[in-house]
Amino acid sequence: MIKKTLIMTPKLGLHAKPAGMFVRESCRFQSEIMLCKDGTEVNGKSVMQLMLLAAECGAKVILCITGPDEVEALAAIEQLFVRKFDEE
Amino acid sequence: MIIIKGVGASPGIAIGKAYVLEDEEIVVTRTEIPRDRLRAEVARFRAAQKATHRDLDNAEAKVLKLLGKNHAKLIDAHRLILRDTLITKDVPQRILGEGVNAEFALSEALEAVNQQFEKLEDEFFRERRHDLFDVGKRLLAHLLKHTRRSLGDIDHPCVLIARNLLPSDTINLKESRILGFATDLGGKTSHTAILAQSLEIPAVVGLSDVSRRVKSGDMVILDGEQGLVIISPTAEAVAKYEKAQAQEVKAERELESLKGLPAVTLDDKRFQLEVNLDTPEEMKSVLALQVDGIGLFRTEYLYLNRTTSPTEEEQTKAYMAVAKAMAPRPVVIRTADIGGDRLTQMGIEGPKNETNPFMGLRGVRLFLRHLDLFKTQLRAILRATVKGNVKIMIPMVSAVAEVQAVRRLLAQAVAELQAEGVETPKNVELGIMVEIPSAAVLLDAFLPHCDFVSVGTNDLIQYTLAVDRVNENVTHLYDPFHPAVLRLIQHVVTVAHRAGKWVGVCGEMTSDPHAVPLLVGMGCDSLSISPRMFLRVKETVRNLRAAVMAKLVAKAVTCSDSEEIRRLMREQGL
Repeated sequence: MIKKTLIMTPKLGLHAKPAGMFVRESCRFQSEIMLCKDGTEVNGKSVMQLMLLAAECGAKVILCITGPDEVEALAAIEQLFVRKFDEE
Repeated sequence: MIIIKGVGASPGIAIGKAYVLEDEEIVVTRTEIPRDRLRAEVARFRAAQKATHRDLDNAEAKVLKLLGKNHAKLIDAHRLILRDTLITKDVPQRILGEGVNAEFALSEALEAVNQQFEKLEDEFFRERRHDLFDVGKRLLAHLLKHTRRSLGDIDHPCVLIARNLLPSDTINLKESRILGFATDLGGKTSHTAILAQSLEIPAVVGLSDVSRRVKSGDMVILDGEQGLVIISPTAEAVAKYEKAQAQEVKAERELESLKGLPAVTLDDKRFQLEVNLDTPEEMKSVLALQVDGIGLFRTEYLYLNRTTSPTEEEQTKAYMAVAKAMAPRPVVIRTADIGGDRLTQMGIEGPKNETNPFMGLRGVRLFLRHLDLFKTQLRAILRATVKGNVKIMIPMVSAVAEVQAVRRLLAQAVAELQAEGVETPKNVELGIMVEIPSAAVLLDAFLPHCDFVSVGTNDLIQYTLAVDRVNENVTHLYDPFHPAVLRLIQHVVTVAHRAGKWVGVCGEMTSDPHAVPLLVGMGCDSLSISPRMFLRVKETVRNLRAAVMAKLVAKAVTCSDSEEIRRLMREQGL
C-alpha cells in the first residue's frame, strides 16, 4: 500500500466536475483507491462518496492505494492535482 | 408592486412577463411486487438507466457546442453518478430485498444519500446534492414514462420562475427565449448560478417562495445585481429599470468603444496602460481588451498547490506563450513572491510558523536563500525573452545588496544558457518593485543597479502605515490617500525620472478611478490595472488634464490628512 498527502487544488473543492475526473482516472486502475479527509475514508471510484467527503480547496487529503498497479495509479492521480483538475 | 429579496446569482436586468415552471412533484407510491416479477422490475430499472444515459449523451453534445469542454465535464460527472454503486447496486438490492417497485426503491436510495448531504456543514457541498437530484429526476421520469416539459417549448420572451432549476434545465435556457430566471432554491455557488453567469443570463436565486407568488403572465422585473424580483411593478419602477437597462447597455458599449484607443489625457499626455496577469488563462480576455502590455505577470500560481517545484521547461512554456501573444508589447514578469509555507508544501526545507510572515522570508529574500529555485525561474524567463518583449521584476527588495545579488545570478544564468547554446538575449531589463519604504526612501541608491521601478501600492501602503489589511481592528487605517503614501510615490517618480528611468505602478490603487487622477498627476509612466477595471481606468485617464492633475498633486502632498485630499478632489469634481 502507498500513501500520499495531497492538497485539494480545484478552486471550489472536490465538487461534481473534479470528482468525476478523479473517478475517471481511478477506474483506469485495478488497485483499490481510497481518499481520506479528517478521518473519513471514501472509495475513490465512487463520485457520490467523493462529493460527500466535502473536501474544500486547500484541504489536506490522504490518498491510499493498494494493488498491483498502485505506483502508476498514484502518479496518474497526483498529476490531476498538479494540473489543478484542468480548471479554466 | 411586491419586491422580494433573494441572492443575485448572475448580474443584469430582465423585464418581462413571467413564465412559471410548475414544480414537477413526481409522486412516488410504494407498491409491493410479487416475487416472480422482481427480476422484471430490476430489468425495468436497468432500461430506465440506459435511457438516462442516452439523455446525458444528448445533453453533453449540447453543452459541448454551447459552452465548451469544461462545462461538459459536469455532464460526465452526472454520468458517473448514474453509474455509482449507489444507483447500480443499491437500487436493485432494495427492489429485490424489500420486494418493492423501482420508483420507490430509487427514491429511498436518493433520500438516504440526501440525508448524508444534509449533515454536511459546508453550504457549498450541501448544495452539490442537486447534481444527484438532477440524475435522479431523469431516472424517475423514465421509470414513470413521464415526458418532461422542455423549456424549448416556450415561444415568447419571458422571465422564467421556478421552484428550482437543475443544471440540465439551465443548459437549455440559451436556446430558449428566456430573459432571465428566478428560483426559490439555490445559492450563489450552485451549478445553476455558475452556468447562468457563463451564459450571461440575469438570475436571482434563494427567493424562498417566488414560484408560488408569481403567476404566468404577471409582469416582473429581475435585478440580478441586487438580487431582487419585483412582481407587478408600477409604471415608474418599469421606467426606472428600463432606463437602468439602457444605461447598462450604453455604458458597456461606450467602454467597449475605448478598446484600441490610446490612453492619452485631454492635454495630450500619453500613458502606458497595462494589466496585471494572475495566470495565463486570463490571456484571452486580456488580448480582447487591447492593452498596452502586461505590467505585472504574477508567477505565484506556478508554485501553488503542488508537491514539487515547477520545472524550467514548464515555466519556459508558460512565459513564452504570454510573451508571444503580447509581442511586441512588453511583459513584466515578476519572480515569485512566495512565503516559506509554499516551500514546505513542495517538500523543500523552509521556515515554518513565522509569527509575522508579511515581514518574514518572502519574495527575493526567500529566493536568495534558495538559489536553485531562483536560477530556474530566471533561466526560464531568459529563455522566454526571445519570443517577445520580456522584462524581469524583483519583489520585496529592501536593500541594494539584494539587487546586486540578483544581477550576479542573472549574469550567471545568461552565461550558462549561452554555454549550453540556448538562444538568449545579451541584455534583459531588470526592475525592482518599490513596495518597502526603505526602497522608496533610498531609491537613488538602487537606481544604478536597475532599469526601471514599479510601485507596488498594496504593500507600500501596508508597510508605510504599519497596517495589516486583513486585521479587522486596523483595516480602517489602510488608506491609499494618506499624504505620507502620496509623498513617497511622488518621491519615487521624481527620483527615477531624474535618473532617466521609467516608473510603473501596480497594485489596487491603479484600479481605483478615484486614485488614478493622482497617479496621472504625479507623472507615472505606466499603470498596471486589474483587467476587470481596465476600460474604466482608460476612460478616467482620457477625461483628465495631466497639467491640472500635477497641480492637484502639488497641493495634495502638503495636506495633513487624507480627508483634506479627498475634499480637494471633490472640489475638482473627481
